[in-house]
Formats: sequence, C-alpha cells, structure tokens
Amino acid sequence: MNWTRCLLGAAGVTALSIATVPAIADGGSLTIASTNVPRHLNGAVQSGIATAVPSTQIFASPLRYDENWDPQPYLAESWDLSEDGLSVTLNLVENATFHDGTPVTSEDVAFSIMTIKENHPFKSMFAPVETIETPDEHTAVIKLSQPHPALLLALSPALAPVMPKHVFGDGQDPKTHPANSAPVGSGPFMLEEFTAGEAIVLKRNPNFFMDGRPRLDEIIIRIIKDPSALLIAMENGDADVYPFIGTSQEISRLGEVEHLALTTEGYAAVGPLNWLAFNTASPKLSDVRVRQAIAYAIDRDFITKALHRGVSTPQRGPIIESSPFFDETIPAYDLDLDRARELMAEAGFADGMSLTIDYIPGPKEQQQSLAEYMKSQLKKIGIEVEVRAAPDFPTWAGRVGGHDFELSMDIVFNWGDPVIGVHRTYLSNNINKGVIWSNTQQYRNERVDELLNAAAVSIDNDERKALYAEFQQIVATDLPIYWINSLPYHTAYDTKLENVPTGIWGFMHPMDLVEWSE
Amino acid sequence: MSASYLMKRVGYGLLLMLGVVILNFLLIRLAPGDPAVVIAGEMGGATEEMLESIREEYGLNKPLLTQLWIYVSGVVRFDLGQSFFFNQPVTTLIAQRILPTILLVITAQILSILLGVFLGVIASRKPGGVVSAFVSVFATIGYAVPVFWTGIMLIILFASILPIFPVEGMLSVKLRDANIFVQALDVLHHLVLPAFTLAIIYLAQYARLGRASMLEVLGSDYIRTARAKGASERSVLFKHALRNAALPILTVAGLQFGNLISGALLVETVFNWPGMGRLAFDSILRRDYPTIMGVLFFASFMVVVANILTDMSYRWADPRLRGKS
Repeated sequence: MNWTRCLLGAAGVTALSIATVPAIADGGSLTIASTNVPRHLNGAVQSGIATAVPSTQIFASPLRYDENWDPQPYLAESWDLSEDGLSVTLNLVENATFHDGTPVTSEDVAFSIMTIKENHPFKSMFAPVETIETPDEHTAVIKLSQPHPALLLALSPALAPVMPKHVFGDGQDPKTHPANSAPVGSGPFMLEEFTAGEAIVLKRNPNFFMDGRPRLDEIIIRIIKDPSALLIAMENGDADVYPFIGTSQEISRLGEVEHLALTTEGYAAVGPLNWLAFNTASPKLSDVRVRQAIAYAIDRDFITKALHRGVSTPQRGPIIESSPFFDETIPAYDLDLDRARELMAEAGFADGMSLTIDYIPGPKEQQQSLAEYMKSQLKKIGIEVEVRAAPDFPTWAGRVGGHDFELSMDIVFNWGDPVIGVHRTYLSNNINKGVIWSNTQQYRNERVDELLNAAAVSIDNDERKALYAEFQQIVATDLPIYWINSLPYHTAYDTKLENVPTGIWGFMHPMDLVEWSE
Repeated sequence: MSASYLMKRVGYGLLLMLGVVILNFLLIRLAPGDPAVVIAGEMGGATEEMLESIREEYGLNKPLLTQLWIYVSGVVRFDLGQSFFFNQPVTTLIAQRILPTILLVITAQILSILLGVFLGVIASRKPGGVVSAFVSVFATIGYAVPVFWTGIMLIILFASILPIFPVEGMLSVKLRDANIFVQALDVLHHLVLPAFTLAIIYLAQYARLGRASMLEVLGSDYIRTARAKGASERSVLFKHALRNAALPILTVAGLQFGNLISGALLVETVFNWPGMGRLAFDSILRRDYPTIMGVLFFASFMVVVANILTDMSYRWADPRLRGKS
C-alpha cells in the first residue's frame, strides 16, 4: 500500500468535495450558540430565554420595543389606550400572514392573548384582561377589569406571540400542543428543523410583512451544553453569537478573541437577580434581626469585585438597579460584623446557631462559590452553615418549592415590569407550597400586599414609583430576601455582524435587522 | 447454528428486556423530585392548578402499578410514551440520536478490538521485549485513566495545541447544505477524537487479553507442529494462533458492549456528540421518566443483540461449539 498516494488521494477528494459546498446566499447564515435547552418553541405557554429566543423569531407580536423602553409598531401599526385605562385598541397591519399563508387577523390576536392568560406561568401579565373584542379583521379591543400598567410591555414578542387560531385552537391543551415543537407564526423566520436538545434551524420568511426584512437567510441555534466546547466553537468561528454569558471566566476568555466583540447591552428588561432567600417561617429565621445580621455579615462588594472579578454589579433591592422604579435610598447593609453580632445577640442567638444553605444548580461562580463564601462569613457571627448541594434542579426545586429549606440562593428575572417579575415573590396570596418561584419565603406583610396591589392597577408612572419606593423600603428592612448581585450577562458576537439586538429584550426580540457587513 | 438455539437466545433476550423495563421503571421513581414541579419550573413557574393539570396530563397522579401497566403495555406496542420535557414522542427523540450513538459505539468497538488485538499479538512475540513492556504499561494506563479525563485532555490538545481535529459536535454547521459525501467525511473527521477516547480503555483491555491469550496458545503443541512444518511466522501468529486466542477476546467484547454504551454517555457529553448518551444524561437531571426509560430500553436492546451476535461469532470461531445448543 502506498500510503503517501493514498493520503494525497484522500486530501484531493476532500478538497474537491469542499469546493462543491454551495455558496451561502446573500443574507448569509447566523449561528447562535446556547447552553439553554428549550422544551419547545412556543413562548405563549413557556417562559425563559431558551424558548424566547427562537419563539421571537418565529412569532410576531402586537408590539415590539426599542432600547428606550418605548413601544414600536409590529403586528399593531397603532394602538390607543382609553382615558380610564380600561381598554386598549390595537389596529393591526393588513398585510401580515402566517407562514402557511393564512392572513393574521384580530381573531388570532384575541385567541393568543386569552390562551396566554390561561396557560402562561406569568399569571399577572394578562390577569386583568376580561375580553377581547374583534369589531373587524384588523381591530382588536382588549377590555380590562382594572387598569394594567404592564399591559403594553406584556404585548412584547417575548411575552405575547400571536399564534394562528386555526392551528392552535383545535381543542388540544396548548401547553402540550404538538405544534409547539413545529410552530407556525408570522415572524421574520420560519422553522425548518428542530432537533430537540440539539439544534433549531430557522429560514428567512420571504413573505414577512415588514419590507426589506429579515436581512439574514438563516439562523441556526446550536445547543452546546458543555461551556468549554461552546467557547471553543466561538473561538474557532463555528458559532457567531453567544448571548446570556454569565461567568467572568467566559467573559474574559472571549474578550481576548480578536474576531469577537462583547456587549452588556440587551438585558435591561430581563433584570436577572441573584439572591439569598430566607425561609421566614423557620423559627431560626422568623426574627428579622437574624436576617439583618446575616445581611451585615456578607460583603456584596467582595462578591462582585473579587469572586466575580468585577463583571457583575451589586444589587441592593428587589427591583433591578437599572430600572426607573429602583429606589436608591434603601438600606444597603454594608459589611459590619460588629453590628451583625449585636443583632444576633438581641435576637437571642448570642451563642450562635446552625443553618443550611441550598443553591440552584447553575454556574459555580454565581452559586456554589457564593454559598461557600457565605459559610465562611457567617461563621464569624456564630452561624455554622451546612452547604447542601443539590445534584440537579428537581432536587433543589423540591426542597425550596416544598418549603424544606432555611437559606437558598436563586436566580430570578424581573421580566421588564415589576408586575410581571417582582410581585410574585412578595405577595402573601402567592404562598403556594410545591410551587417553585412563588413566595417560597412565606413572607407576609399586609402593607406590602396593599402597595403591590395598588401598583398593579395604577397607570400613573409617578404614583407607581412612589408605591414601589415604599415597597422597597419595607422589604429591604424586613429582608425576606437578601439581594446579592445582578448577573453579568454579556453577549459575544462576531465583529462583522451588524445591528446586534441590544434593545431591552436583547435576543428575545426579532432579529430581522441583523446582517453581515461583508 | 440451529434456528431453535437462536430462538431460545432471542426469547431470553426479550425476557431480559422486560425485566429491565420493569426494574428501571421502579428504580427511577425512587429518585427524589416531582416531575410536575420540574416541568413547572422549566415553564417558569406555575400555580397549584397548573401543577395538578400537568400531573393529570402525564398520568402522574395514577397509582404506581397502573402507571407501570400503562407503560409496559405501551412498550409492547413500541409506544415509549411522550417526553415530559420535550413533549415529543420518545421514539422520535431516540430516532434522532440512535445513529450517532451506534456509529460511535461500533467504531470504538472495532477500533479497540483491531488495535488491541494487534498490539497483543505483537507483544506476545517477545514477552520480555520492549514492545511487550510498552503494551503492558499502555494497557495499565489506558485502563486506569477515566474516559472523561482522556476526553478532556484530548480536547485541550486538539483545541489549542494541535488543532487538526474538531473537538465538539458531529457535523460542521457550515456543511449543513453540502452534499452527502462531504458530510460523511466531516462526520468521520468529528468522529476521530470521541471514538478514540471511548476505544482507549477497551483497547488496553484487549491488548492485555490478546497478549495473555496468545502467549498461552503459542505454547501449544499444534503451534510447535506448525512451526516444525515450516509455516511462516506470520502464518503461525495470525492463522493458527490468533483464531484460537480470539475466543476469550470475543467473549469479553460481547460482555463489554454494555460498558461501551455507558462509556458513550460520558464521551458524548464531553464531545457534545448528539447521541442517546447525552439525552439520557440530561433526562435524568430533568426527571424525564419516559425518555430515561426509552433510552435504557434501547440500550438494553443493543446489549441483548450484541450478546446474541457474540454467541454466533463464538460458534463461528470455534467449530466444536456448532453442534451444541
């Protein structure tokens, strides 16, 4: 066997074969790398970034948002809010069609919003919606039982995908509808292929109702669960974009790659908080002084500057600090071990106590490292902490949802408006044993309930700010939760890519303007 | 090979798979964590009513034995149920992944047997020589090193120091629309590292086994006779000795097939290989019972088939067994 000849032959065949690869069409292809696995592709019955990224490409929604939090026309070319705040009229574009060619009508909008109201986990999004009238094919009038300040934001692509009634309205349960994995929408891209847990391939919608869009021919979302492999794919150019990067190691490594750029923009509406929750029903933690002592013993600056290498930012309250509703004046609990010891003594725990801390399985830097750090800090004030690592999400969710915990770290999103992402954690009527991301702290404060309920029906922004300011002062004193930091979400992208989505929803927004510069 | 013998083996195999299904069903449900809470968690939260409706939808509120009966009667009809997580038929999820796993496992099996036996034969020629010592050391290291560690080391080596092999995935994204020949070459290119990683542990075993087995056979009378008759060394080694020495290797190869599949689980995770192993791993973390059981069902199926094939090849290699049942 002549090996040299054999190798040369193989190389020749390979070169010839690669030369026959079809050229990429004008708009080109974009590969997004992700570690998040979507259950399916329909954001109407599923929250979370894994589903929202593809869902917002496949489905259009009544409105979309710019980087200044201002609503922009999408399926609705205009909209009117009645003076009493009890109805919103959406005037739909007339040329929008679903990917199967059927026109988008007000019936589809009404069906979608009512389906989301019934089936989406964020109950507060459309809770006040009573009915939706459809006087003609292109007008939908949303009737509310009470004013709803978050309604327009809830009509964003990430939260209100408009589904074809003729597909999803066949009587099957929307949560388990087969079309969730093979959806038909009216967005800029159509689903070509969905291999669960592996890849999503989206093709340009040639009949998209917005002229000249989308600019790309294809979007491929590759799910690479191993972060190291994902970083290699980005470095080698096998993937072009990596959004929702959450650790300093990944950020610093990709920051050194010449053909990549990094941005922190595009996460304003996500509001990702990392926090330490207290089980306020536990006899050891029911005294607010113990919770405050723990807060005084933890150094937020050390966490963000040293443990997170300066990429995350401190978070002092329940509303993300970049939000207009955040109150700067709330107590911050800067490190003060003497004060912490005093509070422990006042609470009757001068001899110390023992506690357990759980954390949601996630990036070590955000969870396990912080839990270990807290263990060492709390020892200084006489608290022996046992770190209870959960092998997987179900174990952790079972403990926290079942109220079987003392301290627990968690990552929770604000989702744009406090009504959607904040209220659920503090309202006393949302204490639901067995339900994760409800008020698992079992925190009860009548005044907080009053304030949140009032903020949920006010459409006066100044009034809402005042209500939320008082709410933040109370919970920052009661401390059912000690807020630690906001996640350091970054996006790494190829420098040749233009119009990378940096609006309030980032990649949970139609990528119809994204294009390659060459 | 008599047909009745084959039927008997297939019958035992089916019984074994039924046992696997029932045992897996019961074992998996001992794990802590309510799948409904997981589904709700993955959805982004839920109310108590939604949790109940999820339990109703997936039959999780039925008694355990009723659930087992429904599942087993489904399996008999080749219906492995719906994935809790993806809400797609488990058979669809497995169909999307079974070929990559088979490709990886079979390649690793062939690679480990061929290379391992070759090294064993070479080492047996001079038991005290350098080659023999090398094979022994290599075999010990190969057997001792965890498969995921080997994988990670290879990734480090071939990702940054010597970037000639892709270190993740099965097919380059840019070749999605290429012709099938180019894609096949690309898959082979991607296959090199995972297959070698998976093969190395078994390669080491076969090398040691091959060496020991060959040494034993080479001391036999008939080998001395063959040499006395003037047969070439190559003919003695590969024609007369190896066929006899192959019997224990074949036995071990059949038994190792199950281990190879469990090794594939780790290798697929390390190299992002889109096979059943990763599906199993992720499904366990998600308490996706139907998917875990579906993967285990197919894994047991592959092991049963491999064992039957081993039996058949055993009989092919040793004519003395052909008349026996």
